[in-house]
Amino acid sequence: MVELQHQLASGLALGGVYAITALALVMIFQATQLLNFAQGEMAMFSTYIAWTLINNGWSFWSAFAATLALSFAGGVAIQRLIVRPFAHAPVLASVIIFIGLSFIFNALAGFFFGYSVQTFDSPFDGPPWFGNKFMSASESGSVVVSVAVLALVFAFFRFTPLGLAMRAAAQNPTSARLVGVRVGWMLALGWGLAAAIGAVAGMMAAPIVYLDPNMMGGILLYAFAGAVLGGIDNPWGAVLGGFLVGVVENLLGAYVVGEEVKLSVALVVIIAVLVAKPSGLFGRRIVARV
Amino acid sequence: MSAILRATGLKAFYGPVEALHGVDFEVEDGCVTALLGANGAGKTTTLRAVSAMIRREGVLEYAGRPLNGRGPEDVARLGVAHVPDGRGTFTDLTVDENLRLGAYVRRDRRKLKTDFERVFGYFPRLAERIKQQAGTLSGGEQQMLAIARALLSAPRLLLLDEPSFGLAPLVVSEIFRILRAINQNDGVSILLVEQNASLALDLATRAYLLETGRVVVGGEASTILANDSVRRAYLGY
Amino acid sequence: MRALPRLGWFFAVLFGVSAPFWLSGYRLYQFSQVLIYAIALLGLNLLTGFNGQISLGHGAFFAIGGYSAAILIVKLGLPYWVAIPAASAVCFVAGFLFGFPALRLGGLYLALATFALAVATPQLLAYKGFDVLTGGSQGLQVLKPTAPFGWPLNVDQWTFLICLASTGTLFVLARNLLNGRIGRALVAIRDHPIAAEAMGIDAALYKTICFGISAFYAGVAGGLDAVAVGFVAPESFGLPLSLAFLVGIVVGGLASIGGVLFGALFIEFVPNYADQLTVFLGENAKALPGAIYGVLMILMMAIAPTGVAGLVRSLTRMMRRT
Repeated sequence: MVELQHQLASGLALGGVYAITALALVMIFQATQLLNFAQGEMAMFSTYIAWTLINNGWSFWSAFAATLALSFAGGVAIQRLIVRPFAHAPVLASVIIFIGLSFIFNALAGFFFGYSVQTFDSPFDGPPWFGNKFMSASESGSVVVSVAVLALVFAFFRFTPLGLAMRAAAQNPTSARLVGVRVGWMLALGWGLAAAIGAVAGMMAAPIVYLDPNMMGGILLYAFAGAVLGGIDNPWGAVLGGFLVGVVENLLGAYVVGEEVKLSVALVVIIAVLVAKPSGLFGRRIVARV
Repeated sequence: MSAILRATGLKAFYGPVEALHGVDFEVEDGCVTALLGANGAGKTTTLRAVSAMIRREGVLEYAGRPLNGRGPEDVARLGVAHVPDGRGTFTDLTVDENLRLGAYVRRDRRKLKTDFERVFGYFPRLAERIKQQAGTLSGGEQQMLAIARALLSAPRLLLLDEPSFGLAPLVVSEIFRILRAINQNDGVSILLVEQNASLALDLATRAYLLETGRVVVGGEASTILANDSVRRAYLGY
Repeated sequence: MRALPRLGWFFAVLFGVSAPFWLSGYRLYQFSQVLIYAIALLGLNLLTGFNGQISLGHGAFFAIGGYSAAILIVKLGLPYWVAIPAASAVCFVAGFLFGFPALRLGGLYLALATFALAVATPQLLAYKGFDVLTGGSQGLQVLKPTAPFGWPLNVDQWTFLICLASTGTLFVLARNLLNGRIGRALVAIRDHPIAAEAMGIDAALYKTICFGISAFYAGVAGGLDAVAVGFVAPESFGLPLSLAFLVGIVVGGLASIGGVLFGALFIEFVPNYADQLTVFLGENAKALPGAIYGVLMILMMAIAPTGVAGLVRSLTRMMRRT
C-alpha cells in the first residue's frame, strides 16, 4: 500500500510537469489551431539557461525568474519572426516549421552545453514536508510549483483585462480587432507565456529525468497525450489530462507493462482518444467546416 | 454642421475584386445617416471599409483627419465603434466579459462605472443576465449586447450593420427606440446600414442608396421618403 | 533544355551502374544507404507530398521492414531475397491497417499520432517481452549478402547492386503509379478532398492504399538496410530517423520523385560531413546536422517550398525562356 502511494506521489509530481506543458500546448492551439511540436525543445533550452546561471553562482530562484523572463521574450520573438510569417500557410508547412525549430533548439543546446547528462538539483531538498511518508520534498515542491503556475495562469486569464483580451483574440479575432485588441500582439504574448510555462516544466522535470538535450522528448509525448485526453481545445481539461497521464503512466509502468514501454502507453492513449472521441473528455466536438 | 465622417471616392476590395467603386457620403456630427440598398449592394462592405477590415482606396476623413493606413484596432481606438453584421459577440464569454471588452480601449476608467449604469439603463435585460454565456442569449439580447459593448467604448461614431436582422418586430422597435435615445441623449453619431428602409428612414436625417457598389441617390431622409419614384424603385413601396 | 531532367537521370543511372567498379568499399556502402533512403523517402513523399497525409513516424515502418527481414533471416533462416519482399508485404499490411484509424485524423492530428508512433517505437522494439524475436535492446545480427553464382563481386558491391536494382524498379513503379489514375486521385484527394469525393473517388480506399504502399516502400528500404548494415537495433529507429525522412522530402521537394534522390544524398552525407568537422570544432559539432536540418526546413518553407526539385524546375524554365 505504501508502495502504491509512492507511485501515486511520483506520478503526481511528473503529472504536474505534463499538466503545465499540456496547458502551454493547448494555449497555442486555441489561439492558432497549431500544435507546437517544438514546445519540448524550447523548455529544454530554457532549463539549460537556468542551469548555466546556477553554475555561475546565481541562486535557484533568481535563475528561475531570469529564465522565465528570457523564455517569455524568446517565445514572443519566435512568434513574431518565425510563426507569424506562416500564419496562412498550409498545415504541413507549420508542422515542418515547428520540427525545424525543435531541430534548432536541440542543436543549440548540444552545441553550447554539450551532450553529457547533467544533474539539475531541485530547489526543494531536505526532509519530506510535514513529515509525510509518501512524497519526497522535491516531489511536493514540484507539485506545489505546478499548481501555483496553473493558479496564476488561471487568475491572469480570468481576472485581468489583458487576459480577457487574449481570450477574445483567440476565440474571435475579427471581433477582437473591432474592440481595439491588437490581435497580433496577443498571439505573441500567448507564445511568450507558453514558452515561460514550458520553462517551468523543464526546470521541474530536470531533477527527475536529468538534464540532457533529449530530456523532453518523452515528456512532450505525455503532455500531448494529456492534452488530447482532456480535450485539445480545453485548457483545464488538458491540465487534468496531464495529471491523469502522469499517474496512470507511473502505475502502469510499475505494475502492468514495465518501465521500458511506458511511452507506448502514451501512444495508445493518443491514438485511442483521437480515433474514438477526438474532442477528448472535456473538449467540444470538433466540426470540420465544409 | 461639420461631418464626423466623410468619404470621397471610396473604393473597397475583397482581394483582387473591387466591391465599392468610388462612393461619396458623409455623416454629420451628432446625426444618424442611413445606408440603404438591396442584398449585395455594398452596404456592409462600406462599413468594413470604414473600419479598415478590408483593403480600401480613396479618402476617408474622421473628425477632420484622414483615416487611411490603419487597421481595425486603430480605428476602434479613435472612437469608432463597429457593430458588425451577425452581432460579433464573443459567444464563449459571459455578458460581463463581452461588456468589459467593449471598454478595452478606454483610458478613463473612472467614468466606466457610470457608463455601465447608463448602458444597463438602456438594456436592463443585460443586467439580469450578466453572468450568462453570451452564446445562450436570444438574438435580440445578443444584438443589445453588441450595441451595449460598442457604447462602452465611449464612441463618437457608431457603425451599425443590420441591427434588425432576424429579430421579431417588437424587439426591433425597442432597439430602434434605444438607438434614437443614444443618438439624442449621448450625442453619438450613427452610420446605419439597414435593409428595413422604413425603419432606417424614420430614424435617420440623411440617407444614401447603394446599388452594386455605387451611390445612386443621396440626400435628406425626408426627401427620399417623399420621392415616389425612388421609393418605388428602390424601397419597394 | 527540356532534355535537362532526362540528362540528369541518364547520368544518375550511369553513375549508379558504374559505381561498384570504381568506388571504394565504404563510399559504396554510403551510396547504398543513399539508395535505401531514397526508397524510404519515395514512400513518405507518396503519402505526405502527393496525398497530403502528414506522417512523422515513417521510421516505424522502416523499422518493421528491417526487423521483419532480420527475424526471417536469423530466426527462420530464409535467404534475403525472400525475407525482404516478405517483410515488405508485412509492412504493406501494417500500413494499410494503420491507414484506417488515420482516415479519422485530419492533418495535424495524424502528425501527432505518427509523432507518438515514432517516439514509442524504440521502446517497443527493445521490449523484453519480445526478446525472443527481436533480440531486445541488443537487436539482431544479420549476415550480409554474398554475390550469387560465384560472381566476382564483394559484399559491398553486391549489396549496392541489389539496392540499385530495387531503387530503379520502385522508382519506375512509383512514376507509373503517379502518372496514372491512382496518382491523379491521390493528388485530388490532397488538394480538394470534398470535390474528389463528389466526383466519385473513394477517398477512404485510396488513402488507406496509399498508406499501405508508402509503408511498403519504407519496408523495402528497412529490409535492405538491415542487410546492408548487418544488424538491427532499437535505437536506430527512433524519432530522429522519422524526422530525418521528413527533412529529406522537404529538402528534395514535396511531391517530386526526382527530388527524393537529392533528399537522400542530403540526409546521408550531411551528418557524415558534420561528423568529420568534429575534428576541428570539437565534440559538440555533433549538433551541426540538427542545426542545418532545422534552419533549412524553415528556409525552404520560406523561399523554396517545392524543394530542390522545384528550384531546378524553375531554373530550367527560366533558361528555356532565354
